[in-house]
Amino acid sequence: MLTKTVNYAILVLEQKYTEFKSIFNDMANEPLERLTQEGYKYGFVSAIDADQAPPGLSEDVIRLISAKKGEPDWLLEWRLKAYRHWLTMKEPTWANVRYPKIDYQGIIYYSAPKPKKQLGSIEEVDPEVRRTFEKLGIPLEEQKLLAGVAVDAVLDSVSVATTFKKVLSEAGVIFCPFSEAVREHPDLVRKYLGSVVPYTDNFFATLNSAVFSDGSFAYIPKGVRCPMELSTYFRINAASTGQFERTLIVAEDDASVSYLEGCTAPMRDENQLHAAVVELVALDRAQIKYSTIQNWYPGDKDGKGGIYNFVTKRGICRGRSSKISWTQVETGSAITWKYPGCILKGDDSVGEFYSVALANHHQQADTGTKMIHLGRNTRSTIVSKGISAGHGQNSYRGLVKIAKDAVGSRNYSQCDSLLMGELCGAHTFPYLEVNNTSSRVEHEATTSRIGEDQLFYCRSRGLSSEDAVGMIVNGFCKEVFKELPIEFAVEAHKLLSISLEGSVG
Amino acid sequence: MKPPLLEVKGLKVSVAGKQILRGIDLSVAAGTVHAIMGPNGSGKSTLSHVLTGREGYRVEAGTARFCGKDLLSLPAEERAREGVFLAFQYPVEIAGVTNKYFLKAAYNALRKHHGQPELSAGDFLKHVKKKAQLVEMDPALLNRDVNFGFSGGEKKRNEILQLAVLEPRLCLLDETDSGLDIDALKIVARGINALRDPERAFVVVTHYQRLLDYVEPDFVHVLAGGRIVKSGGKELALQLEKEGYGWLEAAQA
Repeated sequence: MLTKTVNYAILVLEQKYTEFKSIFNDMANEPLERLTQEGYKYGFVSAIDADQAPPGLSEDVIRLISAKKGEPDWLLEWRLKAYRHWLTMKEPTWANVRYPKIDYQGIIYYSAPKPKKQLGSIEEVDPEVRRTFEKLGIPLEEQKLLAGVAVDAVLDSVSVATTFKKVLSEAGVIFCPFSEAVREHPDLVRKYLGSVVPYTDNFFATLNSAVFSDGSFAYIPKGVRCPMELSTYFRINAASTGQFERTLIVAEDDASVSYLEGCTAPMRDENQLHAAVVELVALDRAQIKYSTIQNWYPGDKDGKGGIYNFVTKRGICRGRSSKISWTQVETGSAITWKYPGCILKGDDSVGEFYSVALANHHQQADTGTKMIHLGRNTRSTIVSKGISAGHGQNSYRGLVKIAKDAVGSRNYSQCDSLLMGELCGAHTFPYLEVNNTSSRVEHEATTSRIGEDQLFYCRSRGLSSEDAVGMIVNGFCKEVFKELPIEFAVEAHKLLSISLEGSVG
Repeated sequence: MKPPLLEVKGLKVSVAGKQILRGIDLSVAAGTVHAIMGPNGSGKSTLSHVLTGREGYRVEAGTARFCGKDLLSLPAEERAREGVFLAFQYPVEIAGVTNKYFLKAAYNALRKHHGQPELSAGDFLKHVKKKAQLVEMDPALLNRDVNFGFSGGEKKRNEILQLAVLEPRLCLLDETDSGLDIDALKIVARGINALRDPERAFVVVTHYQRLLDYVEPDFVHVLAGGRIVKSGGKELALQLEKEGYGWLEAAQA
């Protein structure tokens, strides 16, 4: 059995190396071909020594994952409960997206780069991994020097580097890979894991609960303002490896934290499933700001390949006057199915959702939010900007629910769509449910088109069509971008322009 | 001898299969102001659009040269960078993009085209504030989104500000006077007059005489049925004001 596994690993390695080489040869020899694939600039495969489970899902595979990570029994039990529940569930079909049936038994549920030894510092990180990050334009040392951002780099489901641990630990902040948190802080993990997204929540979240590989854990103790922005870069790497990240952030009373998540992935032909779960818990007067830039491979211009991004993100404002704010810029993935939400349980708590979702070529995005008002005088704001181009289909789906006891609550929703071209679509599915008479809900929606008028106006001032589109689209998204941390906003600006290259003229 | 700034010869243009311009000849020298007048549907706007490169028009015959260069073969943005400017009849709104940012991007696109270094934000601001003063525009409008929520008068003044900032050599004003009250009209006219220059020419497309009371043209052309049917000095505009276009159209038929 062992020999078999080793042989298999070698085979995978060889395949990966050949693929890696051929991609780089292609890059050198075929500049034109690369140009026609413009837009996705992060398409490469790194040849990291992978250690993976055989394809398919069973209790044995779950036991393997759990054993690999040296998990306690309670966590294995939790995973198995989730798996057994998942077997009784059906894949949801209500989203406004179309894709071929996923073969869940064809997916590899665990893959990890082999650490040569325990890593003490960034210099010890696999040079291949570090080169990968450099290609992405996010060298860790530069991050360390310039950005003042602690990076918990997740690669192939295992976290390989954590920086700025010292500064954080001096402030009492815990920020580490999820698996490390399970080992080092089992009580905290056990207390909060599944407390916002229970393992029975939905098909993809339940699958994640059964097989999640790794992710990030952040804990901000009472009264602490996290001294730096927390940042995680995710990267899907080994072929056919589904990514099942699990993130848990807890802010105790009067604590605050800003968390950044940015994603890119290598170019692929086969579809890749990604089903992450993010849980946020804010106690009394705590504030959590969670910002995402998602730029996974969207598939080529004909809709071939691309990531399926089926994510469950939810925060609970458990304490009084607490606040959770989601900001997302979704430009990647073939399919996005994602509704970051807030449960506003504490009185006077605040939930926010700021979103830009782009669907170009054959991308499909069904995204929005859920604001569940339970406490009194709770407030929520939703600003959603959908951009559709090419054959892209963009749906906003949002639920605002105000419970009977959530008296004096308010919601404001603004939902704008921008269309480019004749073949794309924008759809809006707002659900409002108000169960008392003292609350107020406002919903505004607009749909506009980048018209020939606007383009000609810009061009008659000397701007190229592409610069004009970039300017108009970024103007459209301004209300969301201003919510992003500044370095993210700059990236988002560029990303949108890159993602829309070639969609006019 | 220097070529004229703009030289249009035998220009025939159709839109969706219908001929709108049926042979235009027009020569505009630097330092002059030409007024093009004419009844609705005579092809005034088509002329300004086709000269600035708007899509949807088919040039069937003729040429248009700007400083000797074939204007019609250039894309719209190239024409702008070469120094052709169109003040729109209906300026377009761009939400989320400040006037200042828009102008800076346009200005630097022009500079880049001419091999000059881009201007820094600070230097550009100085440049734009000076120009705002010249055209009597409230600098507060610079921080608002391009034309967004502007009144009709503010939009037209913003066009003149753009003209002032971008410093084109050929300025086409498409019914810049429409929808303006008399005070706004005067301000716009003063702006235009302040920008008159021996190196610059204006082609003022208008339906009415009243703008010409304040911006005195050197030449007046009457466009009717897709042709320039009469050219003359500023007195022609006054005659049109008095007698209307009927006598010209009658002469056409």
